[in-house]
Amino acid sequence: MNILSSQLCLRVVYVGYLNPRSQNVKLSRMVYRQPQVLTPSRKDVLIMTPWLAPIIWEGTFNMDILNEQFRLQNATIGLTVFSVKAYMIFLKQFLKSAEMYFMVGHRVNYYVFTDKPEYVPHLNVRNGRQIIILKIQSYARWQDISMHRMEMLSTFSRQRFQREVDYLVCADVDMRLSDHVGVEVLSSLFGTLHLGYYGLNRADFPYERRPQSQAHIPEDEGDFYYIGALFGGSVSEVSRLTEACHRAIMVDQANHIEAIWHDESHLNKYFLYHKPSKVLSPEYLWYQQQMSYVKDQNSTNFYMHNDVFSES
Amino acid sequence: MCLPPPLPHPSTPPKAGSQGGKSKGSGKEGKEGQRRTGGGASALWKTGRCGWGGHGGQRRLPVGGGRGVGGEVDPARHSMSTRADVLVMTPWFAPIIWDGVFDSAILDAQFESTTIGLTVFAIKKYVVFLELFLQTAEKHFMVGHRVTYYVFTDRPANVPSVPLAEGRQVVVLEVRNYARWQDVSMHRMKTISNFSQERFLREVDYLVCVDVDMKFSDHVGVEILSPFFGTLHPGFYRAARNDFTYERRPRSQAYIPRDEGDFYYAGGFFGGSVVEVLQLTTACHQAMVVNQANGIEAVWHDESHLNRYLLYHKPTKVLSPEYLWDERMLQRPPFLRRLRYVAVPKNHAEIRH
Repeated sequence: MNILSSQLCLRVVYVGYLNPRSQNVKLSRMVYRQPQVLTPSRKDVLIMTPWLAPIIWEGTFNMDILNEQFRLQNATIGLTVFSVKAYMIFLKQFLKSAEMYFMVGHRVNYYVFTDKPEYVPHLNVRNGRQIIILKIQSYARWQDISMHRMEMLSTFSRQRFQREVDYLVCADVDMRLSDHVGVEVLSSLFGTLHLGYYGLNRADFPYERRPQSQAHIPEDEGDFYYIGALFGGSVSEVSRLTEACHRAIMVDQANHIEAIWHDESHLNKYFLYHKPSKVLSPEYLWYQQQMSYVKDQNSTNFYMHNDVFSES
Repeated sequence: MCLPPPLPHPSTPPKAGSQGGKSKGSGKEGKEGQRRTGGGASALWKTGRCGWGGHGGQRRLPVGGGRGVGGEVDPARHSMSTRADVLVMTPWFAPIIWDGVFDSAILDAQFESTTIGLTVFAIKKYVVFLELFLQTAEKHFMVGHRVTYYVFTDRPANVPSVPLAEGRQVVVLEVRNYARWQDVSMHRMKTISNFSQERFLREVDYLVCVDVDMKFSDHVGVEILSPFFGTLHPGFYRAARNDFTYERRPRSQAYIPRDEGDFYYAGGFFGGSVVEVLQLTTACHQAMVVNQANGIEAVWHDESHLNRYLLYHKPTKVLSPEYLWDERMLQRPPFLRRLRYVAVPKNHAEIRH
């Protein structure tokens, strides 16, 4: 069993975006610095897509406003995670860090999909939060486990998530949060930029390029390369996304083809034709490596905050 | 209704520029978009996921070499981020709409089957502005989409007949006038609120509520549409919040303390989904009724109440002063690349009395 020394770290960022379909809420008096019309919040990065979806970077938002907007709606957020076979070892750290950093102050349901419910660690969670264990079958190949997540999420969205939560955040389990991940990410549909491809030409994105696959994207198309490890949105939008990806995977399977990056390829295809209403910057998903491999790179361009790299 | 439907296949121009291989920091691109990990990091991550299945052979390195920050950023995409001179998003994530930040092709597809209502009040002598208003709206406002112009007037016979493109219509709604122009202005809130309930909810998806003594001079399209939006008043986008002409008397319903306030919004251009506009106009109208009962009138009338509302109910989009400008009163600054909706010269004394 190859336990990675490199894990994905989820950064927490405050970003909130009012779900366009929810009721507009009245805020209380708040004192904060005035936004300056002639002063961009970030000059070094793109903070909004051409279809006007915010790209969530540090320094571009006011967490207090966002928290209040979501508290007033009494939003409940579901965090889904698949902890299957060997990946059980990541679950405890994932949940513990989520308790510390994920949507603190808001109502949270952790949905743990697992083939081994008896191995789910017992954890005391805060008020307004609960762990719900959902038993599923596992598959021999990790690619199959990965791709069947879409099917599971789609099924459970319709069967129960719709009644229990307002938003879903779907994350990989081999991650831990190292900083706040809050309501700033919430919107009807969000994806996360894959840090390895940020800034590259679209022709260099590792999209599925074979026309026979449902996940095919031609070289002259594509906005971003999104990472499969973190996406979400309202329950209905996530339901639509996962259903579409699941179907596409099944069609591919019937045609004896498997997309190059599996569910991630299908996710990218979906986001191309169903633009997300928010995009999380690579700040949200980073690598922590023992050897600081990343720091070997030419530039000292770590505008990402250093605490992301802290060993903790 | 407000949630855009899934997009059809977008057609985007072919990528120009070279494939990867460029080394770091190519000139003026500098830091922007050049940060990425080397191939090693990605490969390690993927290897980890292959951990059980022995899939180690499939290492994925970003094309163009593993080490450099590389590859030219896709120019088509990058050209959309050219505004380094202005704020393009509020701290609560509402886009601030400036030229260059949006792609009309994508947005038009997202709002394909949307109907927009444009409300305008032409009371007494203000009917004289209607012809130019409607003619220029035909040229610039929501072209290609279904539009209903709701013209509120006390002089229906004076509403000009203007040729309209397909999918567009004028609906004339007769209303009473008021002696004072301030009352005319303030009663717009009540009227829009009433008509929203009675008919707009059934007839259109979005409402855009504007002043009539204006003309459209450049594109005003679906980029403005969202649950509810306000427009930056052209006279105050530079001002500090304690210089905003908010209502400052605590006993007025429109009162805003000096240490609060995001922007000064213009009363002459706001809108949103019918549901949200109904809420906004109802709240403003009710506040004005309370004020009237207390014998006080807000310093800038309906605009003061609008500002109070938008402070405590953050708008989901904000329009830049491109969307409301007065060429005679203001010198055009360099960051104002387009003037989309501008004041028509009028003699105040003559027209208001």
